[in-house]
Amino acid sequence: MSEKYHNNFLKEVEEMVEEGEWVKMCMQCGVCAGSCPLGPHWAHPPQEIFMMIRAGKREEVLRSDSMWMCTSCYNCVVRCPRKLPITHIMHGLANYAHRLGLSPKNQPTQQFATLFWNNLAQTGRVNELKLSLGIYFKDGFAQGVKNAMAMQSVGLGMVKAKRLNPMELFGGHGVKDKTGFHAMLKKAKEIEDRRKNFA
Amino acid sequence: MAKKTYSFYPGCSSQTKASSDNYLKSTNSMCKYLDIELKEIPDWNCCGASIGYAEGGELPRITLSARNMALSEQHNPGMDLVATCAACWLSTRESKERLAHSSQTLADANTALNEAGLTYKGNQAARHMAEVLVEDFGFDELKKGVKNPLQGIKFAGYVGCQTNRPFGLAGESFENPVYLDNLIEAMGGEAVSYDQKVTCCGGALAFSEPEKSQKQIKDIIESAYDHGAEMIVTPCPLCQANVEIYQGEVNKRFGTKFNIPVMYYSQLITVAYGGTAQEAALDGQLVRATKLEEIANKK
Repeated sequence: MSEKYHNNFLKEVEEMVEEGEWVKMCMQCGVCAGSCPLGPHWAHPPQEIFMMIRAGKREEVLRSDSMWMCTSCYNCVVRCPRKLPITHIMHGLANYAHRLGLSPKNQPTQQFATLFWNNLAQTGRVNELKLSLGIYFKDGFAQGVKNAMAMQSVGLGMVKAKRLNPMELFGGHGVKDKTGFHAMLKKAKEIEDRRKNFA
Repeated sequence: MAKKTYSFYPGCSSQTKASSDNYLKSTNSMCKYLDIELKEIPDWNCCGASIGYAEGGELPRITLSARNMALSEQHNPGMDLVATCAACWLSTRESKERLAHSSQTLADANTALNEAGLTYKGNQAARHMAEVLVEDFGFDELKKGVKNPLQGIKFAGYVGCQTNRPFGLAGESFENPVYLDNLIEAMGGEAVSYDQKVTCCGGALAFSEPEKSQKQIKDIIESAYDHGAEMIVTPCPLCQANVEIYQGEVNKRFGTKFNIPVMYYSQLITVAYGGTAQEAALDGQLVRATKLEEIANKK
C-alpha cells in the first residue's frame, strides 16, 4: 500500500482512514491529550500521532497501541478548537492498522472489538453471555476457567438480578431476517473493500 | 396531555434478561405513566456500538444503523426514532449525519440495504429518551405526575459520555450538563454537585483493559460519595453496568468499601410517579436501592 502513495503517509491516511482528511488540520495544541481519560497510557497522544503521520512515520503509527486506548468518550472531539473528529480518526487508524495486520499482537481491545463484531454479525444482536465468555477464554481454556471463576460472583449477581441468562449459550436473541441481514453486511463489506482497495 | 407515540429502538442490552433488562422494564413503566406509546422497530439489529469500529469498519457500521432507520421509516412512519441506550442513540444519529453529508455513503449504504429489501430515506429524527422528557414534556410537566417525591435522597446525576458528547442535549454544556440534575429535583430528590459528572467509565475497555477502566470507575464513585450522594443515577446502560457491577473488583484493587446503588432516571421517575418496586425493576439492582424500595413499597 505504501508504494502506491510513494511513501506519502499523510496522503495514504487521507484516502484510506475514516475521517483521515482532517489530520492536516491539527494545530498541535494538545488539548486532546489533556482531555483523554486514558491519557497517561498513550505512548503517543493524538496530537503526536497527527504529527507523526505528517512526518511519514508509517510503521511507528500503525504498529502503535496508542489508538487502542480510545474509550470513545468524545471528550477530545468536543474540546478540539479546530473541531477535528479525533475519536473517529483514532478508530479509523486502529481499524486500518488491524486490516493491514500491523496492530500490536494480543492487543486486548483489538481482540475484544473482533469478538464483539463477530458476535453481533452472527445473529444481528449481541449475545452478552457468549461475548463475556469469549473475552475470558481468549487466552486458552485454563486461563479462561481462572478468569470466569474470578468473575463468578459478578455473573451470579447478574443472573439473580435477571440481567444475564445462562440459556443464551444455546441461542439467544437475534434478528428474524438473518438471510437479509447477512447479505446486507456482506455487500457493505464488499463495497468498502473495493473503495479502499482491499478487495 | 395527548398521547405521544415514538418509534422505539431498545437495543441489545435492553432485551429480556440482558444487562439492562431493568432499564427497559422501568422505561415501559415510566412511559405508561406519561402516556407515551413506544412502537418497537420490528426486527431491529445491533448498532455496532463504539467498539464495532475496529473489525466492522466504516460502511458496514453505518449500514447497521441505516437498516434500523429504514425499518423504522417503513413500519413506524411519521414518528421520531427514540433510543434509550447512549451507544444506540449515538451510532444512529452519527450514521444519519454521515448519510446526509455524503451522497456516496448514502448510495453505498442503500446498495447494501437493497440486499435485505430495504431503502433508507432519512426522514426521521434520531433522538434519545432524555430529549423526549426534557424537550417534549419539560420539567414543569414532568413534575405534575409526582405522587411520591423522592424526598431526602441525595443523588449524583452521572451523565457520562455518549449521552453528552459529541451531540448531547440541545442547549446543554458538555462540561456541566444540568438536565439530569433538574430531572432529579423535579422528582423531589436532591442532586449533589460533584466533579465527575461527565467522566468516562471506561466504556468497552472495562472488558479489555479492566485495570485502566476501574481507575475511572473508582474516581466517579469516590467523588459521588465525597459529595454526599447516596445513589448514582444515569441515562446510559454501559455507565450503569460498569459503575455498578465492578464495585467489588474496584474494592479489591483499591481497598475501598464502595457499595452504592446505580440507577436509571426511568426508575426514579417510576417510583416518584407511584410505581411499585417491581414496575421500577428495583429487583434488577446488584446493589439494592433500599431508600427507593421503601418509597415504592409505601402505599
